[in-house]
Amino acid sequence: MSRIWSFQGGIHPPENKQQSLQQPLQPLSLPERLILPLQQNIGTPAVPRVNVGEKVLKGQCIADPGSHVSVFHHAPTSGTVSDIGMYPVPHASGMDALCIVIEPDGEERWAELEGIEDFRAASKKDVAEKIRVAGLAGMGGAGFPTDIKLHLSDDHIVTTLIANGVECEPYITADDTLMRARAEEVIGGLEIATHLIQPTHVLIGIEDNKPEAAMAINAAAARSPLDIEVVVVPTKYPSGGERQLIKLLTGVEVPHGQIPADIGIVVQNVGTLAAVYRAVHAGEPLISRITTLTGDAAERPGNYEVLLGTPVSHLLDEAGVDRERLSRLIMGGPMMGYTLDQPGVPLIKTSNCLIAGTQEEFPPAPPAQNCIRCGQCEQVCPASLLPQQLHWFAKGREFGKALDYNLMDCIECGACAYVCPSNIPLVQYYRFAKGEIRKEQVEQRKAEQARQRFEARQARLEQEKEEKARKRRERAEAAARAQTSRPQPAATNAGAQASDPEAQLKQLKTQAAVARTKLKKAQKALEQAEATGEGDSQALAAEVAAAQARSDALEKQLQQAQQQAQADPSKEPDLKALKVAAAVARTKVSKTEKALTEAEQKGAPSAEKLRDSLATLRAKADEAQRAFEEAERAAASGQEEDTASPALDIKALKTAAAVARTKLKKAQRALSDARETGDTEQIAEFEPQVRELEAQAEKAARALAEAEAAQPASPVEADLKALKSAAAIARTKVKKTEKALADAREKGLASADQLETALAGLRQKAADAERALQDAQPRAGAVEDA
Amino acid sequence: MTLIHTSSPHTGRPGHVGGVMRQVILATLPGLAALVWYFGWGPLVNVLWASVLALVFEAAVIKLRRRPVAFYLKDYSAVLTAVLLGLALPPYTPWWVTLVGMFVAIVLAKQLYGGLGQNPFNPAMVGYALLLIAFPVQMTQWAPPVSLSGDNPGLLATLKVIFELTPLPDAFTHATPLDTFKNKGALTQEELWAQVAGLKDSFGAWQAVSLAYLLGGLYLLVRRIITWHIPVAILFALFMVSGFFYGSDPSNFAPPLFHLTMGATMLGAFFIATDPATAATSNKGKLVYGFCIGLLIYIIRSWGNYPDAVAFAVLLMNLAVPFLDYYTRPRTYGHKKANKGIRG
Ligand code: SF4
Ligand code: SF4
Repeated sequence: MSRIWSFQGGIHPPENKQQSLQQPLQPLSLPERLILPLQQNIGTPAVPRVNVGEKVLKGQCIADPGSHVSVFHHAPTSGTVSDIGMYPVPHASGMDALCIVIEPDGEERWAELEGIEDFRAASKKDVAEKIRVAGLAGMGGAGFPTDIKLHLSDDHIVTTLIANGVECEPYITADDTLMRARAEEVIGGLEIATHLIQPTHVLIGIEDNKPEAAMAINAAAARSPLDIEVVVVPTKYPSGGERQLIKLLTGVEVPHGQIPADIGIVVQNVGTLAAVYRAVHAGEPLISRITTLTGDAAERPGNYEVLLGTPVSHLLDEAGVDRERLSRLIMGGPMMGYTLDQPGVPLIKTSNCLIAGTQEEFPPAPPAQNCIRCGQCEQVCPASLLPQQLHWFAKGREFGKALDYNLMDCIECGACAYVCPSNIPLVQYYRFAKGEIRKEQVEQRKAEQARQRFEARQARLEQEKEEKARKRRERAEAAARAQTSRPQPAATNAGAQASDPEAQLKQLKTQAAVARTKLKKAQKALEQAEATGEGDSQALAAEVAAAQARSDALEKQLQQAQQQAQADPSKEPDLKALKVAAAVARTKVSKTEKALTEAEQKGAPSAEKLRDSLATLRAKADEAQRAFEEAERAAASGQEEDTASPALDIKALKTAAAVARTKLKKAQRALSDARETGDTEQIAEFEPQVRELEAQAEKAARALAEAEAAQPASPVEADLKALKSAAAIARTKVKKTEKALADAREKGLASADQLETALAGLRQKAADAERALQDAQPRAGAVEDA
Repeated sequence: MTLIHTSSPHTGRPGHVGGVMRQVILATLPGLAALVWYFGWGPLVNVLWASVLALVFEAAVIKLRRRPVAFYLKDYSAVLTAVLLGLALPPYTPWWVTLVGMFVAIVLAKQLYGGLGQNPFNPAMVGYALLLIAFPVQMTQWAPPVSLSGDNPGLLATLKVIFELTPLPDAFTHATPLDTFKNKGALTQEELWAQVAGLKDSFGAWQAVSLAYLLGGLYLLVRRIITWHIPVAILFALFMVSGFFYGSDPSNFAPPLFHLTMGATMLGAFFIATDPATAATSNKGKLVYGFCIGLLIYIIRSWGNYPDAVAFAVLLMNLAVPFLDYYTRPRTYGHKKANKGIRG
């Protein structure tokens, strides 16, 4: 017999287990309909696989898992799917959720099942898959998908496998009954689990108030080839809590923030293990379970083998529950279970107990008194918390303090509330505080994301501004060059004209906008002042009038300027407008693309619509691009052959080549993605595209090379420009990193160190770039002088 | 059939605050009986008179605060405060002294802070300390053991004295052993025991009373109404420190047994320092809290101005409780070490 450790705290509430142990396990008659919630466990709801009106066989899969942490569901009997819709489900909040409703035909026709004959010879993957498709979820508590717990990745080395047969909550005897009636299956399931995770120790924990179950399990364990230790633990609530049981049987504590698997321990409920046995040996999916029905209102309390989806009311009727006396209907145990508002809800994979309590059995809680800090709660808390302090903090909404007092380690076992002489509903306070804290955290995360988005946008805008400034500079330089090379006053004029009205226009626009905003603000202030009767509304009215006048004047000026600008026959604005239009169209496309991929990932129904609009947007973008290119070409050809033009040409060509390359790369990536996923349709679509783009890119590269070769003009200049921009970029990067570093330092983030190293590197680079630029400048000057 | 919707847990241990308080009151009975046995009816009259005052004050304040009076009176906390103060008062304390004490205890020390559980200082000890400072004469006139004075004044005579219908006869006052020891001057231990008349008698009486308190305290421990941490820490600290000084100079310092059984040591260790509302929270904290009280009792008794020190020691440590609580939190399951300090 192995050693037993102990955990702190715990209570000994009246067991009340005898009532439901008077008769052996009994079957339950077929209800009129079965309601199967698509979500019976933590994780994501399943996705229905059947349609209304479809005939299903017993054990046939009717819903697929919605994600990794989700399970299959099966028809508990043969019949017809009569509805898929919202029904009340067993949940503490009494909510409705999507359910599949099956009307049994009473024939109990089974779907074809296939088990694994010798699981030891089968691969672990196959065995785990068998468990997965059987829809197994932990039957003791939260209903975590069993296959995940039993099919761990290789970096989890399991040393100890624990079967949880403790069942420490009062009233519940489902596991007790199961162990008595099906000890072989429990041991069989344990063997399979052992095969899957290869632990060095296999333990079964059973409380000493279940001697018969312990005997049955002992006998079955003795026949097993495995070395299974059956550990009888003293009765104490909550020994059956996963973490408490681990402490009890192994002496170690699961570290805060980790799961048992992280320290090489896996705990499985005995009911789950029996289901594992059936799933692997017979291929039988999880369609029924043992549920305890007890409570003083029940005439025939006992354990029933219920089909999943059986309405609670059916079980109540079968057990002869006196509806008159029934005052509290508890799903689960009296310590951690929740009350049902109505008996129409179905029994699900995790429904281990149903208590039909009378008023005398569960009298309403007496009114809460002040906490007298008696410390009884602290003495019984299995998590070694200070429940009285947590209560103060929750009550005073001091959530930061509650967190510091490890509120999140509270397992909501209710031991503290059980002993509290002031009858304070402590657990309720903790649930409230936890909910609030989680909400706060979500909001914080959102705010953080928003901040990052904002910063990214800011950075992008900055970059764009810089880009524009650079372009303007370049244009000015080109114009200047044009002037030097061909001193025509007209050109100067044109250049001056081209740039000046533009700047003016822009300035006017800003001014007008500012004036408008001011006006609006003044108006609002006035309105408010009038509404509340506060403040000097006369002065405000005067302000509004002034603002109005200014805004009007500016608006008029702006209009004039715009007209002028339009009247200006220069081609440049045209070109620019086209360019902007093309850019805008491109951004729209890329945005929509992003939205589409997101929607697709989430499987949102909007994906279809997005795809459509994406197609139109793409077409528009292409058109805009084409218009722009044409205009550009026209502009280029319209320009006389001067020394500046090849440079411009080369730049355009360079951009074109770059664009072509990027496009090509994108398409290539898409293609390889498609190949990976094996989507033949997409491959067929992308392949020609890639080929075409390849050709284009090549052409562009060739054109560029030719132009460059043809252009004898100073490469130094281009170099200089490149160097300049490189230096500028390096500078910006340094600045940004500096800011990030300061931020990180302020917040004491761990990333500060990393940033520091990065910053040093960046500074080096920036210095290098600066030096290179300075080196190049005199050279360039020399060339130009020459 | 209407189904109740409530949150778990759905059962609770029978018992409520009133029950807890009644248990504590019950546990003081052996001590009270011993006091009456050895010192006459005075302590009983004190306790009853204080209880009446406590209920009146408590009801008045609760009424002023517009709370249900019966609901709050039934928690018995006011009565417990009265019992504790009544036990600590000298047997023939004038009625108005008790009245002032109870007013301070219930109205100022408890209700003004928000009532039960919110008071930082032990109400009974606040009342006691104030009386000791304000009325030193009345508060240091302890009665002689009945065996000494020879005749046991009847209940009526006691009532008359307490309600000042007749003056306090000289025979009804007597120095307690702690007083005697405090004022022994240059006498050595041996001389003191040999010379002071009746010291042995009153020593024996006090020992018996302390034993009775101990009995009640053990009852509380068994019923799990208090934990062992505070009483054991107090007694341990007092034993160690008095043992140390006694060992170093036996003729000048009182032996450990003297300190453990004289004065209010046992009453303080089991009934007063364990007052949950004002004691440290965690088990670890309770140990530190109790240990410091034990030390303070000795220090104040030996070098302070007052013969007994339980009230001051407890009040001083009440002051330190918030701080203690921050630094003596238990280690939560799965955590490497306990959180410490003030955060959040
Ligand atoms: S058990 Fe209740 S009254 Fe006692 S300290 Fe805890 S919360 Fe306060
Ligand atoms: S409910 Fe939370 S605080 Fe209360 S005893 Fe259980 S774990 Fe401790």
